Amino acid sequence: MAINWFKYSSPSSFYPLAGKMIPVFMTLAIVLIMGGLYWGFFETPDVLSDQKQYYRIIYVHVASAWMAMWLYVVMVAWAVLGLIFNTRMSYMMASATAITGAIMTALSLWTGAFWGQTSWGTWWDWDPRMTSQLILLFLYIGYIALQSAIEDNRRSDRASAVLAMVGLAIVPVIYYSINCPDPNECASLHQESSLKRVESNILIAMLVVTAGFWMYCFAVILMRVRNIILLRESHTQWVERLEVKK
Amino acid sequence: MFDSFLALLKRDLLLALRRRSDIFTVLFFFIIVVSIFPLGISFEKAVLQKIAPGVVWVAALLASTLALERIFANDYADGTLEQMLLTPQPLSVLVFAKTLAHWLLTGLPLVLIAPLAGLQYHLSASTIGTLMLVLLIGTPILSMIGAIGAALTLGLRGGGILVSLLVLPLYIPVLVYGSGAIEAAMQGDVSLQPYYLLLLAFLLLALVFTPLATAASLRISVE
Repeated sequence: MAINWFKYSSPSSFYPLAGKMIPVFMTLAIVLIMGGLYWGFFETPDVLSDQKQYYRIIYVHVASAWMAMWLYVVMVAWAVLGLIFNTRMSYMMASATAITGAIMTALSLWTGAFWGQTSWGTWWDWDPRMTSQLILLFLYIGYIALQSAIEDNRRSDRASAVLAMVGLAIVPVIYYSINCPDPNECASLHQESSLKRVESNILIAMLVVTAGFWMYCFAVILMRVRNIILLRESHTQWVERLEVKK
Repeated sequence: MFDSFLALLKRDLLLALRRRSDIFTVLFFFIIVVSIFPLGISFEKAVLQKIAPGVVWVAALLASTLALERIFANDYADGTLEQMLLTPQPLSVLVFAKTLAHWLLTGLPLVLIAPLAGLQYHLSASTIGTLMLVLLIGTPILSMIGAIGAALTLGLRGGGILVSLLVLPLYIPVLVYGSGAIEAAMQGDVSLQPYYLLLLAFLLLALVFTPLATAASLRISVE
């Protein structure tokens, strides 16, 4: 059987599919996030190393920070697909992903500021991870700004796709330079992830919430992409028929 | 191919030399930014020495983004750029010639004027040497990465401010190691070689990849 890989690359066939997928992802998101938060709040110890109850912001903070980074890669992947296959749908997905990604980055910075205030006594510190997250926010903003500055959709899609690719290529260099501003001492620098040391109940709750965040992001990205489709395809007949049906 | 490269380089330099004020605006922007920092912060020698690397580099970044729009804007306005896109010569070579000319006109003057900034901030002679060297390695990277941004924002309203939004985050590695090297030079007993090597590595990467990316962006923008 021949599979038509491009069936859903046309907005008119993707639009109803997205409509069907949104409730599924949204339900999963609610169940996973509620479940994970319940587990995280009531089935875990009250103290994490020297931190008291307030460490529980970790469930929102870590999940949103992870989403912020993953969504950038997802966004670039869509942009590259668009450049390769010249499919309008891919570009629309990329621009829908960018906004959710930027929101997740802002959320992680915001929750991080509160956590920092309670545990370190400061809202902001120029720690490598925080700085890279801030730069990531700038990259998202650059992408969104370029896209909204160009009125011609075709040009704005492709220009921002190139920008996203350039950004992804430079991200490792930026990350390295922030992590290790003094190359003479880099050999000793090793920032370890603390995942392995965390108690398993906390870890489970964190992973479940993260899965929920994935589902939530899928749902809102699909919602946003449906809006973008309607906006861009408003002149077509199938959108008109959609109106009539309602 | 090489002939067209040279011809374009010569043409761009000649055009700019006929209108020298463009070169001097960038240069004076750099000098003014560097000069007003002490007015806002402090005239103390220790403080000035401490902030010098960052201030000089940030001023260089801003001056170079400010000049970016000019790489392609004039050629785009009078249609020359379209003709360049139609020539059988590889576009990335032509783009590289234009970027190089842009660096010679905006980046190199900054390198040459940098000792003045060094004197204003009480830097020692050897530190000023390092300052010039890292600017010499770093400013071409800025021009090359910036050219991508200039190509992407070609002909847009408010392109100037948009392009700084796009490229300033991408300049961070150059800023970090460029000012890091100057700081290390002031301490004296630290090896500077890693800084030079890292900056040169960026320069080589930029040399290989940015002309291609700029050419692709130009094709998208002019289409």
